[in-house]
Amino acid sequence: MSSLAARRRSPLALLMLLFLGLTFTGTAYAALQTGAAPGTSAEGASQEQLGEGRQLFLANCASCHGANAEGNGEAGPSLYGVGAAAVDFQVATGRMPLPAPGVQAERNISQVHFSDEQIEALAVYVDSLAPGPDVPEEQWLDASQGDAANGGAVYRTNCAMCHNSSGTGGALTRGKYAPTLMGVDAQHIYEAMLTGPQSMPVFNDQNITPEEKRDVIAFLKSIEDGANDQGGHTLGSLGPAGDALFAWTIGILAFIGAAVWLGRKAA
Amino acid sequence: MTTHVPQGAGHLRTDETPPERPASQTDQSSPDAKFPGALVWADERVGAAKGLRFALKKVFPDHWSFLLGEIAMYSMIIALITGTFLTLWYVPSMGHVVYDGDYVPLKGVGMSEAYASTLDISFEVKGGLLIRQLHHWSALFFIVGIALHAARVFFTGAFRKPREINWLIGVVLSLLAIIEGFAGYSLPDDLLSGTGIRAMNGFMMSAPVIGTWMTFFVFGGEFPGEAIIPRLYIAHVLLIPAILVGLFVLHLALVVVHKHTQYPGPGRTNDNVVGFPIMPVYAAKAGGFFFVVFGITALVSALVQINGVWVYGPYDPTQVTAGSQPDFYMWFSDGALRLLPGWLEFTLFGTVWSFNIFLGSLVLLPLVWVVLGAYPFLEAWVTGDKREHHILQRPRNAPTRTAIGAAAISMYLVLALACVNDILAIKLGLSINDLTILFRTMFFVLPVLVFVVTKRLCLSLQRHDRERVLHGNETGRIVRTPEGRFFEAHEPLDEFERWALVDYDTPTPLGLTQGPDVDSRGVARRRGPLAGAQAAVSSFFYKDAVTAVTPAELAAAHHHGEHDALESPSIPQLGAPVNDSTGDDDFSEGHGSAVQAPTHHH
Repeated sequence: MSSLAARRRSPLALLMLLFLGLTFTGTAYAALQTGAAPGTSAEGASQEQLGEGRQLFLANCASCHGANAEGNGEAGPSLYGVGAAAVDFQVATGRMPLPAPGVQAERNISQVHFSDEQIEALAVYVDSLAPGPDVPEEQWLDASQGDAANGGAVYRTNCAMCHNSSGTGGALTRGKYAPTLMGVDAQHIYEAMLTGPQSMPVFNDQNITPEEKRDVIAFLKSIEDGANDQGGHTLGSLGPAGDALFAWTIGILAFIGAAVWLGRKAA
Repeated sequence: MTTHVPQGAGHLRTDETPPERPASQTDQSSPDAKFPGALVWADERVGAAKGLRFALKKVFPDHWSFLLGEIAMYSMIIALITGTFLTLWYVPSMGHVVYDGDYVPLKGVGMSEAYASTLDISFEVKGGLLIRQLHHWSALFFIVGIALHAARVFFTGAFRKPREINWLIGVVLSLLAIIEGFAGYSLPDDLLSGTGIRAMNGFMMSAPVIGTWMTFFVFGGEFPGEAIIPRLYIAHVLLIPAILVGLFVLHLALVVVHKHTQYPGPGRTNDNVVGFPIMPVYAAKAGGFFFVVFGITALVSALVQINGVWVYGPYDPTQVTAGSQPDFYMWFSDGALRLLPGWLEFTLFGTVWSFNIFLGSLVLLPLVWVVLGAYPFLEAWVTGDKREHHILQRPRNAPTRTAIGAAAISMYLVLALACVNDILAIKLGLSINDLTILFRTMFFVLPVLVFVVTKRLCLSLQRHDRERVLHGNETGRIVRTPEGRFFEAHEPLDEFERWALVDYDTPTPLGLTQGPDVDSRGVARRRGPLAGAQAAVSSFFYKDAVTAVTPAELAAAHHHGEHDALESPSIPQLGAPVNDSTGDDDFSEGHGSAVQAPTHHH
């Protein structure tokens, strides 16, 4: 009994407590941070929800997208027809509201200032102006039901040229980039395919069926779970660039170090 | 650096036949010496003892930079051993199969037998992945070793007469090594390597007029066909290794014929080799180094993934992945393609001329190796030097060559980095377009900058050496004379240290050695058509050379009276340009005539 009790006043105890607290709240926060509920659309939304969404929209979005989401030239595109899925993707990943103009909006999960209910309200409000794709249903987001191998094939045909075959992202022109897909919520992966944010093309249900989208999610989650991590450290999955960096730094230093050591050895 | 002077080394250079042995060593050749029966048996049949005695008595000088080539050699051996293991399982076929192996994310996916067998090697063959990684890492270290070894040979002037042919062999070896590497990493037929083959296909197709025929010849039809993997396989496991090993043996044989070069040092002359005989010292060192290299490669291969082919999936001509780079030794060519402007592709006579690709591949690749191979001959031409050289040059003592080498490396690096422009862009948060502009500019600007800076550095280091030789090391001890003057005491160098600093010569520009155009009798000299160019390049190389301290200069510097006499005329020149003489004026800078006095009065 008393061993724990004796140590509770140790200065380390506070640090430990702080560490545990932060870890758990952080984990809980991340786990809960999904945004609008699956299947969200303007259909069946209550008047109150639409009203709240409108208030939020006017306060946070209208300055760039216009008071009626009709768009404002350079500042922001029209949001007619983008659907609840686009709103959820942009707001729940922290891309919108845009903190500052730049080449592209960055994913910033720690900067999401809205609750799930608020994001949902925003989503249904924008969807109510002119309907677009809905937030995907729960069944399409379950990676365990997907076929990772087929997802890999779909992914390599449609996604790898920008996002890299290992999902670690890649460069586009003029400072734009395809972000990493590691650690991205299944719902957001699906929504991105569905709505084609920023430089990304739209992959509607005719291009990639919902089953295939789920397969892609399964494929990405399998990488996240370490399917690619065979044979040692992956060096950031950069392909031959990582290998070259390693060979010309650590590798060659080891060899030259050994050579110098041997050269100095007296006979 | 070690300064041992082992016995019996000198005669090896001048005379192949061993001289009379000292009494202490005759025991082995005396008739009553006991030899193992097997040795005697072998010697009586193939005469092994003579050759063995010659080989075991070869002397090798000690320096870490002489081991760089051994890194390449041992890596090649590791690659040969591990490669043999891989051939037992690899299936060089583009025949279609549906994968049903252990790697779940590819189960049920259609692929070539080549790719399926590579996956099997990685996931099902016991130790297969480790051997694959050993094979690939050793291949990378092979080429890293070659690059470092070539740089060592280049910057120390080891390619000079009589070693030009061996340099050429080395140049061909390095080319073969990267072709071998390319053929090797193309074999798994994954999405990345297939993209590489596609690039090669594009390279060949860019050849004016014959491009399309050439690709159809090599691929046995339209890309990708079913022939390229088996063909690359036989090139990778038979053709290129056979030539590679053959040339490598020749490379080593010539090292034996020429004897090993050595750095300048006490007792080392152009006519001897100072070092240790192979048996027992060097054999132990070099043999030990093999295990060190193998050990490091094995450690790396066990801990760090290389070319995880399962990440890329099977090759499909309709797919490509972001971050597609070849292995680093092909970067410069790929980088050139990324930098060459698109307008170099045009249509003429109803045919597309893809010079945006042609220049960066079919022109650049051979050009690099032709320039590499030609350099020793260019330098021999501008020096007009016909002597043999067995003493290496410290890079600083050949400033123009060192600067040319550094500039060439910078040019190569710009091209190589341009090949990873997408990775640099995403990792550094930069625009790929800005990087392209930067690299295009740097390709032209950086070599000039690097040349000038390197050359100045070399000249300064040479002048610093001269100053050390003439006046000794600074001690940091400030002495005040009874008259109230201050000076810093200098310590004279010991002779061993001095040797390395003065043992070099500097060619005089050819224009100066060839004499006037018309001789004393008014007869015009016979000169080749390129004599003017030769003199100009020679002057470019050597006009501002800093010469080594001569014994006379040293004596003058050490003798106080002459020391002043030597120095005083140069003092008024302190503000003058430094390059109009041999740089002697510089070392008098920053050290007045009083400084040296006490250290020389002992």
